[in-house]
Amino acid sequence: MAATPETVRHIIKLGYEVVVESGAGEASGFPDEKYTEAGASIGGAWQSDVVLKINEPSQEEIARLKDGATLIGMIGPGLNPGLLDELAQRPVTVLSMDAVPRISRAQSMDVLSSMANIAGYRAVVEAAHVFGRFFTGQVTAAGKVPPAKVLVAGAGVAGLAAIGAASSLGAVVRATDPRPEVADQVRSLGGEYLAVEVEQEASADGYAKQTSEEYNRRAAEIYSEQAADVDIIVTTALIPGKPAPRLVTAADVASMKPGSVIVDMAAAQGGNVEGTVPGKAVVTDNGVTIVGYTDLPGRLPAQASQLYGTNLVNLLKLLTPEKDGQLRVDFDDVVQRSVTVVRDGEKTWPPPPVQVSAAKPAAAEEKAPAPAAEEKPGLSPAAKHTLTGAGMAALFALIAVSPAQLQRNFTVFALAVVIGYYVIGKVHHALHTPLMSVTNAISGIVVVGALLQIGHEGTAVTVLSFVAILLTSINIFGGFSVTRRMLGMFSKG
Amino acid sequence: MDATTSAAELVAALLFILSLAGLSRHRTSRAGVAFGICGMALALVATVVVAAVDISATATVLILVAMAAGAAAGLWRARLVAMTEMPELIAILHSFVGVAAVLVGWNSYLQVEAKGAEQTHVAAELLRIHHAEVFIGIFIGAVTFTGSVVAYLKLSARIKSQPLVLPGKNALNLGALAAFAALTVWFAITPSLGLMIAVTVLALALGVHLVASIGGGDMPVVVSMLNSYSGWAAAAAGFLLDNNLLIITGALVGSSGAYLSYIMCKGMNRSFISVIAGGFGIEAPASGDADQGEHRETTAEETAELLDGATSVIITPGYGMAVAQAQHPVAELTRSLRDRGVDVRFGVHPVAGRLPGHMNVLLAEAKVPYDIVLEMDEINDDFASTSVVLVIGANDTVNPAATEDPTSPIAGMPVLKAWEAEHVVIFKRSMASGYAGVQNPLFFRENSSMLFGDAKQSVEAILRALGDSAPAAGSGAGRQPAGAGT
Repeated sequence: MAATPETVRHIIKLGYEVVVESGAGEASGFPDEKYTEAGASIGGAWQSDVVLKINEPSQEEIARLKDGATLIGMIGPGLNPGLLDELAQRPVTVLSMDAVPRISRAQSMDVLSSMANIAGYRAVVEAAHVFGRFFTGQVTAAGKVPPAKVLVAGAGVAGLAAIGAASSLGAVVRATDPRPEVADQVRSLGGEYLAVEVEQEASADGYAKQTSEEYNRRAAEIYSEQAADVDIIVTTALIPGKPAPRLVTAADVASMKPGSVIVDMAAAQGGNVEGTVPGKAVVTDNGVTIVGYTDLPGRLPAQASQLYGTNLVNLLKLLTPEKDGQLRVDFDDVVQRSVTVVRDGEKTWPPPPVQVSAAKPAAAEEKAPAPAAEEKPGLSPAAKHTLTGAGMAALFALIAVSPAQLQRNFTVFALAVVIGYYVIGKVHHALHTPLMSVTNAISGIVVVGALLQIGHEGTAVTVLSFVAILLTSINIFGGFSVTRRMLGMFSKG
Repeated sequence: MDATTSAAELVAALLFILSLAGLSRHRTSRAGVAFGICGMALALVATVVVAAVDISATATVLILVAMAAGAAAGLWRARLVAMTEMPELIAILHSFVGVAAVLVGWNSYLQVEAKGAEQTHVAAELLRIHHAEVFIGIFIGAVTFTGSVVAYLKLSARIKSQPLVLPGKNALNLGALAAFAALTVWFAITPSLGLMIAVTVLALALGVHLVASIGGGDMPVVVSMLNSYSGWAAAAAGFLLDNNLLIITGALVGSSGAYLSYIMCKGMNRSFISVIAGGFGIEAPASGDADQGEHRETTAEETAELLDGATSVIITPGYGMAVAQAQHPVAELTRSLRDRGVDVRFGVHPVAGRLPGHMNVLLAEAKVPYDIVLEMDEINDDFASTSVVLVIGANDTVNPAATEDPTSPIAGMPVLKAWEAEHVVIFKRSMASGYAGVQNPLFFRENSSMLFGDAKQSVEAILRALGDSAPAAGSGAGRQPAGAGT
């Protein structure tokens, strides 16, 4: 169901009138009365200006759409080019919720993420249901139970939800993913990241890419090794617009222990596991259950509806800036441009690529909320170059008119300055204090000056030199000695 | 100056470079110090031998006496100094370099300028340049000297660390520089004793004013800046005496110190110039007095319980830990928690303490392994997945206002995101604000609680409370023990 009584209220606030198909919310536990209480009327919804739906429409439903209507749902434009053509034959606008770009601003509408989250959780629950043992290891008076071992293939939203759910049930969780940047996320949820040691570029659009051959070979080895060891495998690997990659072969399945469970979350796209039957749970000859349910989010219907409904409301908010019940699609906005797959009977898919997401730059974008975190603006490059040029010119003029002795001194000085800058370029932060006390001891070298002056030209010079030697000696000996003492304390654990 | 001396100087200079390079890594740091000592020994022996050739035996004895006395005093201080007093020690040592540079400058004046036409040290065509060099050397040395002394007094709490705000302080600084330039030109034309005294006094006053107008919170930058100045002072002495070793070493120390200060400033997202000119810490707190709501207090026992149930703990130490000398009990607490299987790490802000790397030295002293002491950038993303954060004597470095309140005086300063953790316990003596004078909204967050009192005693109380509750029976931390009873 695409709306709950709660989200209906929000939609009404945006200035819309809401009509709900009779009995639409029953599966999610929302009777018609709840919708009428929220302000909706019950009746034929297909004649509305805006039609909200979950899955792709049937041919019959497409025919029932009003001219100029807007249909919002999960169209799957990449997988259903035929459906897109059919939709484009009607003078309607179609927005596909699964085409929301993966940028921070659009997260509140990203239905793939919110459904994947539910599905990942449910996958572990399904596995636990079929699996005949505890997930957690226990030591009881009746003996010791080892913890279950779970392998999660793919650490996207669904995979991470599965990792979190499995590890909070107490299982030992391992995870694989072609994107090395997710390793920390896996660890943060209590999983262990199994790296596939192959050169691999970081993902730019937030989705996993198709992988290289070398990578696939090494990954296959990992899956084979793990299959023989783990009790439960949850596979989540999907590539947008392509059939799901085959990760676990029939031989891998055969090598698993009897009673093991595989949940193939990619079953609808062909499955990551050889032998998956979409929509069914099958038991292999060696007693391994392969769960291929394609309706995992739908098995938590109330929350799936709530989250999907909220995604829809957020999209409607974006499309109805005036809150007047008039829906406007603004093609200058990347989110609105991306979700629109058909506009007024014209196909507008695929959208131009949006280059912002989960890799490094996006991490910074999400983690630095306030603009105040930006660094203060420095000098412009032009100003910097001018200053550098002026400095060099001044230096040139100064040295050009200097006598030979001063020129030599300047040469030595300038080179030493540069060396000093580079030599400590990568100093470890913990060593700042020892570094400082050593440079302090070294700058006691000024004693050389006093040493060369003492004993010449009378008492005054000698007395002053004596004091200088005394003080700088304190500096030199004290500085080196205290540095040694400090460094002696640094120890590795 | 014969070939042997030149060779000794070159080798000594190279050894100093190796020394600084070695100090950048833990693995090579001890070797780095050894290189430094060798270089210094070589330079001293070579210079003393050269000097001893043409001076009286008395003068040679004087050299040895001065060096022996200095060595004894230096070694004695180095052995006794508490690690919490490192900033003071380093500041006062900087001042010695400053004094020495001033004295060398005066000596050079007495040897050359004071004698007028009779002098034989400097060729006539270089005389003007020598005049200017004397002035520059004295100026840098004197600024280093009084600046370091004021820093020392501030760090050892002998004077207030609040920034001194004189009307038109930037004009004062710039005026002093202009006056110095004018005096230098005058002295280069007609050298006189009066001008020598004038420039010395001017530089001493400038040093006092420069550091006095910088607040206590910026002390790490000040100390490393003075470190840099002491290097420039040595380099100036090198120009004065036409001594390559002094020039090289001084320039090395000067530029590395300046770079270190620059790193510090980046750590505070503050412009180098404004810190040096004393620009920070004088703005009135804009939103400090806003109603922040209630803070919650907690007890050592409750904190111990919280820690016992935690899976991961991050400790963010600050200057308060140094003041309370709490590093040993904190290390003890770390060991105790790690024995219970709790993942304990330290998050150190680049400007925590009063010296760059101050916290690392203190924790190392208390035998905390350095691989669990992490830099801000290394640990900042992990706070969200941390059960408990202990903020021990830190304040501004964990202030969420820096990222959330663009009007805050510390806005834009990178901070440790302690508030993202499940629980935050703040060890503090009172609700007073930190060095920046900014109220800290962290104290009023839902997930924060305050543990008032001396940090050392609080940590010890937690240790006692932890000792009373025996470590959880059965296996690992966090895992459910056996369900069935007997």
